[in-house]
Amino acid sequence: MNQFDVIVIGGGHAGTEAAAAAARRGARTALVSFDPTKIGAMSCNPAIGGLGKGHLVREVDAFDGLIARATDAAGIHYRMLNRSKGLAVQGPRVQADRRRYAAAIQAMLAQQANLTNVVGEAAALNMTAGRVTGITLADGREFSARSVVLATGTFLGGRIFRGEEREVGGRVGEAAASVLAEQLRSAGLPMARLKTGTPPRLDGRTIDWTRLDEQPSDTDPWTMSPLTSARTLPQVHCAITRTTEATHAIIRAGLDRSPLFGGAIAGMGPRYCPSIEDKIHRFGDRDGHQIFLEPEGLDDHVVYPNGISTSLPVDVQEALVASIPGLERTRILTPGYAVEYDHIDPRALNATLELRAIPGLFCCGQINGTTGYEEAAGQGLIAGLNAAAHALGIAPVILDRASSYLGVMIDDLVLQGVTEPYRMLTARAEYRLRLRADNAETRLGPIAEAAGCLGEVRRERLAQRGKARAEIEAVLEQPLSPADLIARSAPIAPGPHRRPGSEWLRLAGVTVAQVAPDLAREADPALLAEIVEDVRYAPYLLRQEAEIAMVRGNDAIALAADLDFAAIPGLSAEMVERLSTARPTTLGQAGRLRGITPAALAAILLHARRRAA
Amino acid sequence: MDTIFAVSSGAAPAAISILRLSGAGAFAAARSLCGTLPEPRVAGLRALRDPASGMLLDRGLVLVFPGPNSATGEDIVELHVHGGRATQRALEAALGAIDGLRPAEAGEFTRRALEHGRIDLTEAEGLGDLLAAETEHQRRAALRLSEGGLRQQIERWNDRLVDVAAGIEAALDFSDEDDVPEAVTAQSGAALAALANEIGTLVAAPSVERLRDGVRVVIAGPPNSGKSTLINRLAGRDVAIVSPTAGTTRDRIEVPVMRSGIAYVFTDTAGLRDEGADEIEQIGIGRAIDAITASDILLWLDDSPPAYAGAFWVHARCDVPGRTSLPPGPELAISAASGEGIEPLWSRLEARANAFGSAPDEMAINARQRALLASAEAILRIGSAEPDILLRAEAIRSARAVFDSITGRANVEAVLDALFGRFCIGK
Repeated sequence: MNQFDVIVIGGGHAGTEAAAAAARRGARTALVSFDPTKIGAMSCNPAIGGLGKGHLVREVDAFDGLIARATDAAGIHYRMLNRSKGLAVQGPRVQADRRRYAAAIQAMLAQQANLTNVVGEAAALNMTAGRVTGITLADGREFSARSVVLATGTFLGGRIFRGEEREVGGRVGEAAASVLAEQLRSAGLPMARLKTGTPPRLDGRTIDWTRLDEQPSDTDPWTMSPLTSARTLPQVHCAITRTTEATHAIIRAGLDRSPLFGGAIAGMGPRYCPSIEDKIHRFGDRDGHQIFLEPEGLDDHVVYPNGISTSLPVDVQEALVASIPGLERTRILTPGYAVEYDHIDPRALNATLELRAIPGLFCCGQINGTTGYEEAAGQGLIAGLNAAAHALGIAPVILDRASSYLGVMIDDLVLQGVTEPYRMLTARAEYRLRLRADNAETRLGPIAEAAGCLGEVRRERLAQRGKARAEIEAVLEQPLSPADLIARSAPIAPGPHRRPGSEWLRLAGVTVAQVAPDLAREADPALLAEIVEDVRYAPYLLRQEAEIAMVRGNDAIALAADLDFAAIPGLSAEMVERLSTARPTTLGQAGRLRGITPAALAAILLHARRRAA
Repeated sequence: MDTIFAVSSGAAPAAISILRLSGAGAFAAARSLCGTLPEPRVAGLRALRDPASGMLLDRGLVLVFPGPNSATGEDIVELHVHGGRATQRALEAALGAIDGLRPAEAGEFTRRALEHGRIDLTEAEGLGDLLAAETEHQRRAALRLSEGGLRQQIERWNDRLVDVAAGIEAALDFSDEDDVPEAVTAQSGAALAALANEIGTLVAAPSVERLRDGVRVVIAGPPNSGKSTLINRLAGRDVAIVSPTAGTTRDRIEVPVMRSGIAYVFTDTAGLRDEGADEIEQIGIGRAIDAITASDILLWLDDSPPAYAGAFWVHARCDVPGRTSLPPGPELAISAASGEGIEPLWSRLEARANAFGSAPDEMAINARQRALLASAEAILRIGSAEPDILLRAEAIRSARAVFDSITGRANVEAVLDALFGRFCIGK
């Protein structure tokens, strides 16, 4: 069979989510990859989630995505980051056994209806009259589809740097998709280069663990996906060590041989995930930089030293590792390296992640200038859902900034573009208090259900949860007198007025057990905790509602697709350039663009109104 | 876009009146009236003739300002002509007869300046106030606003908020890294409180409406204490009926007075008494109390101490035998009949108005801006005391959203509509 609705190129985190999402929506889908055994490979660190990133994982899961369940199937170390802070900024992070993770992804894809694996190298896009019609593989086979999703990661024009060594390729040991890159280049798409890096992998059997601080897995039994009933794998410890003055001296002496400092790499690297040579160069006054030693698997002795990403020559890498406490005798299994790669300026995309210039062609993951498994998976989901929509003629799925981190990420990408690999942070979400990792299902479940991409199990769960929620909320609305609460030893002053339980919960020190002892005993603890957090933040959420309504007002003012921004008097050349590149479709989007002043926004509004009149 | 015209100076008759034309057809229209145009931005004396009949309408100065570097961003012509109503009407009729020209709608010159990016919203609002300004105080305060003073101030505050936010966000998003100092978040509360205080100072400054409408001076006291006599004296004319019968003034009487560049509104009120007042007088007393509550300065004319804090207690009728010396308590002895103490009273009023009012280079903000700034102040104050840094960050975000609505970034349409509702023609 050579006919599909959707073809997804690339079997990484973006590609697998895209293919599964398209198939869930009912599109006949092909997933094309070089090597089916590498589908679902974690190419960099062995962890999934984190601050902002854990939110994305839970949101993809709310659409019945793969990443959270695969993480639980492979989870060997769980840590809830920011546990001492509010729920909104708590980030679930899990270290996953590399092999088990890929196996879990491959197993889920094998069970997915409507999905076919195709092994081969995608050589070219087939086009008719400017629209995508399918692809041609390197071996000459042709496949047709109305939608094609590019999830090719760093394979586009990828170049590997390690000291003076150079290699063409995406990851070590794999070929780069250079032909496709050439085709995209010649299509005149706006492209740029970015770089990223990875640390040397260490042999865990040669690390002196006894000398290092241990970091245990969380003892409370939370899971990444609520569909996972319990952790099944044994949990491992991580360890923490630090660079030393000696490490810094070795790195300084080797800087002239680093491709980062020798000018060989022009692409911009991520500021929040710098190479160790960057850290020493910029923050050399620090006495040491923290390194997390993360085991890559249960029956695997590879250890990932998080914090020393580097592209220094191998001999320098060996010397620097040996200068770190606990690693004096440690053997490097694979040296670290930097990758420089092409990405498409994501401002060329619609909010559906479809390229404006080539209808039917969707892009997701690192090709859009992002970094991280979670960011890739999130875009994969959105690209897959919308590629299916395009192919089947059903409704697109566009999430706004008030709904999700997914919405924040895509709005950021398609409006602002990127200057460094884009990573999710909670600071990027203006409605952070609403967008918590623990309420992703509540926020997005109904949207996912309406998009028809939920399986039977999830739909049932959603319905049952809706009912349970209503019951809990009803109990919390029942009025209680201060005397009732004081009898249950709540720290409040006596008084005559009865108030609903939800209001009492807002007072510091008042617990659910005091307000509704039955709930505390019998209700689903995760759901109850979510509702209690909603209640506590209610005054803030209410204020945000008003703000969101106002923002949605500006978002409701459409700007014509052919609006000539250069013809609007009073806009600077820079503003015209930004507006023309990002092509905001609403006044709200235009207002979010950096560098667009209130005066400019007023001019755009008046111009748009006059045009409409 | 049509070319628009309007009389841009004040109401006729006046010595000079200025007609302004703006738009692509402005130069052509002016040429059809006066033949040749002077150099840009140089005044030239021209005879202005009706293009249809060739009849001389007036002689006046013609000034041209080519766009886009003009007030509206379009070609502008100003005709400075004699200020009689007939001249104005004749010129307006002649201009209106030219193809493509029409009289400007309310606020249209400002709207065009905004459309062409010549000014932003806060500047446009300031411009409206500048045009309505009558006193030196009002003019300076409005000028500061129209020059973007408020926008610049908000940008400075915003920059400081971004600084504080950066520290908090680092603690929230990178708490697992060891390079994020705890001290940054500890200091953020104090920084927010300081900012709230600064915003509070601007909020407490007199509003542009107050500068425009005048400082409210309410004269109050028991019946027959000389309130009406005093207001007549201060107004320099008889605005209130004066009689020795208690309860003569039954409703409040307001009179605007300009003095030393300060606009005042004096209010005479019904005398405050509990007994012996009929139903109508009772209503008057109720209104007097309302006026007292809304007053900026309360002049208290009574022999017993004022019932309101901060009132200015004067000893009235010091020309009456037995009252000639200042008893302990009141600040000043006056006589509206003889004029004694009236000059000192004016100086005291002026000092109070100035203390209450702004120093002339302060910026005055209007009611919309004040309400928004007050909410930003409240948000930051609550945030500064909030121990949860997540909620502190939310306060910062929220305050920045409020700043955006002041400068017009948020909900642009609503702000524009509110704004253009209050412009008068030709400005």
